[in-house]
Amino acid sequence: MSDPSSINGGAIVAMVGKDCVAIACDMRLGMQALTVSNDFPKIYQYNNTFIGLAGLATDVLTLSEVFRYKVNMYNLREERDIEPETFANLVSSTLYEKRFGPYFVGPIVAGINSKTGKPYICGFDLIGCINFAKDFVVGGTTSHQLFGMCESLWEPDLEPEDLFETISQALMNAQDRDAMSGAGGLVYIITKDKIVKRLLKTRQD
Amino acid sequence: MDVILGITTANEVIVITSRAFVRGVSILKADDKDKTRILSPHTMMAFTGESGDTVQFAEFIQANIQLHEMRNAVELSPSAITSFLRNQLATSLRSRKPYNVNVLVAGYDEAKGKPELNWVDYLSAKVSVPYAAHGYAAYYTLSLLDRWHRTDLTLEEGLKVAEMCVAELKKRLPIDFKGVDIKVVDKDGIRTEKVIE
Repeated sequence: MSDPSSINGGAIVAMVGKDCVAIACDMRLGMQALTVSNDFPKIYQYNNTFIGLAGLATDVLTLSEVFRYKVNMYNLREERDIEPETFANLVSSTLYEKRFGPYFVGPIVAGINSKTGKPYICGFDLIGCINFAKDFVVGGTTSHQLFGMCESLWEPDLEPEDLFETISQALMNAQDRDAMSGAGGLVYIITKDKIVKRLLKTRQD
Repeated sequence: MDVILGITTANEVIVITSRAFVRGVSILKADDKDKTRILSPHTMMAFTGESGDTVQFAEFIQANIQLHEMRNAVELSPSAITSFLRNQLATSLRSRKPYNVNVLVAGYDEAKGKPELNWVDYLSAKVSVPYAAHGYAAYYTLSLLDRWHRTDLTLEEGLKVAEMCVAELKKRLPIDFKGVDIKVVDKDGIRTEKVIE
């Protein structure tokens, strides 16, 4: 139980729909079994790209600041927003830089390419190996439960509102089977010209 | 076994620290007032952890915040101070000898006109919370605070909840922690509100 990636707990999931993507996380921060906070969102937005960071809370915070810095520098150098594909490679190389003393996180990136309009999601391991997916990616201590829920609920070409329902139910029912995550949920539904953020009220135990 | 507790009310933060200085099973001092440091006129920190590391780290943060305030003639907000503190602790975490310190940063944000309490553990996980505790005290008091805490508590009501927590700790903890100091941070600054022997 002193495994760094499962001290604080957490659940992250991203899904692809028809011309839209969704990314969701739980709101718990704990120390082992003790819940310290129910207001700890794990999704960060950089331009129109989103990253969910599950794992050791200190590394979640550190990396969110590292990516903020790197994306701001990218914006200044390139004078344009970063695309999800580019950001995913930035995440990968940032993580691999610490190959022999890694950040204990399992990030997930989601966004829509502003040029092509194609939805993009991917996941990573703690040293930056990219896992491309056409359907969904999961992460955090709840990943097993999320795999089960996503396998049974997800279907191709869901409209934004249906995708919201699908990802929310997948998240809520998965985190209810994991003592290390829960205490609310946060969902982003991303379409080409609109981003909707919704808070889920769930049980607090 | 040190008791470190923080409770926000509508207009202030209440900080509770035990008065016993403990090493192993021995109490070396019964009126220890060394578990807090004042970082700025409206921000203080309370801490536990490895003795030596704790005061060393707290005074390092205190000195740097004071230096920043003298150089720039501005008071930093509690969240800005906590960000700095977390950054220093996170950098130390991946060094040869990390600081082993758990911290609560209590402050009153003058710009927002709101009290603020930040919880930071030795791994530098940081979160802003309505109430928090470190160590064993958390196991005995968080359930009480879940039940009785409200965001619109008055100071009197807050102190009442604080006393409930202290009574519970006296009942449950195996070593007498020699009572507590109760400090309050509000718009007028930091003061010792009362001492429970």
